[in-house]
Amino acid sequence: MDKKKSKPRQNLIDRGFASMQYGGGSAQPLSRPSSLPLKMQVKDLDFYYGKFHALQSINMDIPEKRVTAIIGPSGCGKSTLIRCFNRIYELYPKQHATGEIILDGRNILDPKEDLNLLRAQVGMVFQKPTPFPMSVYENIAFGVRLYENLSKQEMDERVEWALKKSALWNEVKDKLKQIGTALSGGQQQRLCIARAIAVKPEVVLLDEPCSALDPISTATVEELVDELTEDYTIIIVTHNMQQAARVSDFTAFMYLGKLIEFDSTEKMFTNPVRKETEDYITGRFG
Amino acid sequence: MVRSGTRGRILDVVFASATKASAIFVLLIIVAIMLSLLIGAWPALKRFGFYFVISKEWNPVTEHFGALVAIYGTIVTSIIAMLIGVPVSFGIAVFITELCPAWLKQPIATAIELLAAIPSIIYGMWGLFVFAPFFGDHVEPWLSNTLGRLPVIGPLFSGPPLGIGVLTAGIILGIMIIPFMASVFRDLFEVVPPVLKESAYGIGATTWEVIKKIVLPYTKIGVVGAIMLGLGRALGETMAVTFVIGNADRLETSLLMPGNTISSSLANQFTEAVGKLYTSSLIALGLLLFILTFIVLFVAKYLLVRLTLKEGVRT
Repeated sequence: MDKKKSKPRQNLIDRGFASMQYGGGSAQPLSRPSSLPLKMQVKDLDFYYGKFHALQSINMDIPEKRVTAIIGPSGCGKSTLIRCFNRIYELYPKQHATGEIILDGRNILDPKEDLNLLRAQVGMVFQKPTPFPMSVYENIAFGVRLYENLSKQEMDERVEWALKKSALWNEVKDKLKQIGTALSGGQQQRLCIARAIAVKPEVVLLDEPCSALDPISTATVEELVDELTEDYTIIIVTHNMQQAARVSDFTAFMYLGKLIEFDSTEKMFTNPVRKETEDYITGRFG
Repeated sequence: MVRSGTRGRILDVVFASATKASAIFVLLIIVAIMLSLLIGAWPALKRFGFYFVISKEWNPVTEHFGALVAIYGTIVTSIIAMLIGVPVSFGIAVFITELCPAWLKQPIATAIELLAAIPSIIYGMWGLFVFAPFFGDHVEPWLSNTLGRLPVIGPLFSGPPLGIGVLTAGIILGIMIIPFMASVFRDLFEVVPPVLKESAYGIGATTWEVIKKIVLPYTKIGVVGAIMLGLGRALGETMAVTFVIGNADRLETSLLMPGNTISSSLANQFTEAVGKLYTSSLIALGLLLFILTFIVLFVAKYLLVRLTLKEGVRT
């Protein structure tokens, strides 16, 4: 990859992408697809892995209590983008972001931001199921205990609530003491979703949550995403366009570290403005 | 060239027998050592019986031999060593794997490896000539003036500041087991999948919570194993302890007083042991050390079973 920091657009043109309409009048992608209340606003976000400029001035307004999907070919920066939303990237040295991400009126990229509270507010589920090496019950109670001091009964209720919400309760209600890693792959992923919502976050980030799952588990998780929008703002990264079309209200298309187009899912899949979006969605590249 | 099926089968049989032989070899060796220790210790065991374990008298002149002083010294120095070694090694490993800036990682890792490469006799000499005088002049007086005045634990820290003694030996042992345990801990912590740690950080856990609830449970079998191997080394370590423990066959409450361990008794006295009973008593001491390490291993296994049960049922 090209490691030059500056003039990203110039680089693209140098590399022969000029014909793909990166320049021109409508350079700024449509960043606000609707007039719904906003949960999160990304302003001029740039992200670097060491010297590699992975995200280039992203601007994006994420509506509240809707599902926003981020699609794009591998390596386009989808996961990198949502890893900025809870600043999980900070676990690794040499990764840094500039710009602003406004969540409920405050800039979460501010160094003074309390990361633990941020991550309680913005939950995350990863590509592979990552149950903790403890019982099903403890997997969920662990996160809750970090913030709330609940009685045994309240905790039981919270665990049951989270498991019901993630459509797992009926399958595991007799196995709460069983170790989480002994569940099936699909159950593990739903356990991870239950764990993420048990701390009652406001935003849930899903990073390709179904890529390691079979079709039936995928369908369960997708239904779940649909139900979760009642209470949560959901941002889902997926390389599966059908999935984006099925579950999301809004879709963002990213390519080579840039946000190319962001609009309602319906519009994106039927009548995209940009040629790259159309090419990708119709399977001409990516 | 096509390999014939028969030849493949023969190779398999040869390979299986060879590995089996190696495995049986280990069993044979351990039985052989156990037997020779038992035979060698038999005269002493016959003469003193169980009294050998509970008697604190060790007197070559009157030929009264009891192992209590050595057993006590062995266990106490090892406990002190673990109290120092485990937290420090743990801290080193956590720092290197979770918190350390990249440029500092390699220097620390190299320093640990260098520490591990120092022969134990060097630790002993350093302990005797440098550490013990310093400890006796500056730390022990302070210890007896502060901790020594407290109720209950006071007697452990009272007495003259001699420099050499049980506490000094324990500290030196602690320093000696740090490199081993720290590098094993580090290797263990590094195999924890990053995504597992990310998910814990992702629900807002702090570094300490991630270590305690995710990293330690994930690596607990290895951690307990590493601690037990460290303890095994502390129990058996000879030269460094012999230099700094004072080699006195008296049972003292104070950790500042000289004492003895099983292995340093053996090292000091084997060459001068005259008479069958004396030699046999020393071999019996060796047998006790063997049994002690066996108990440690057994306890380790038991702890692991308990830990596994606690974390949830496996199907």
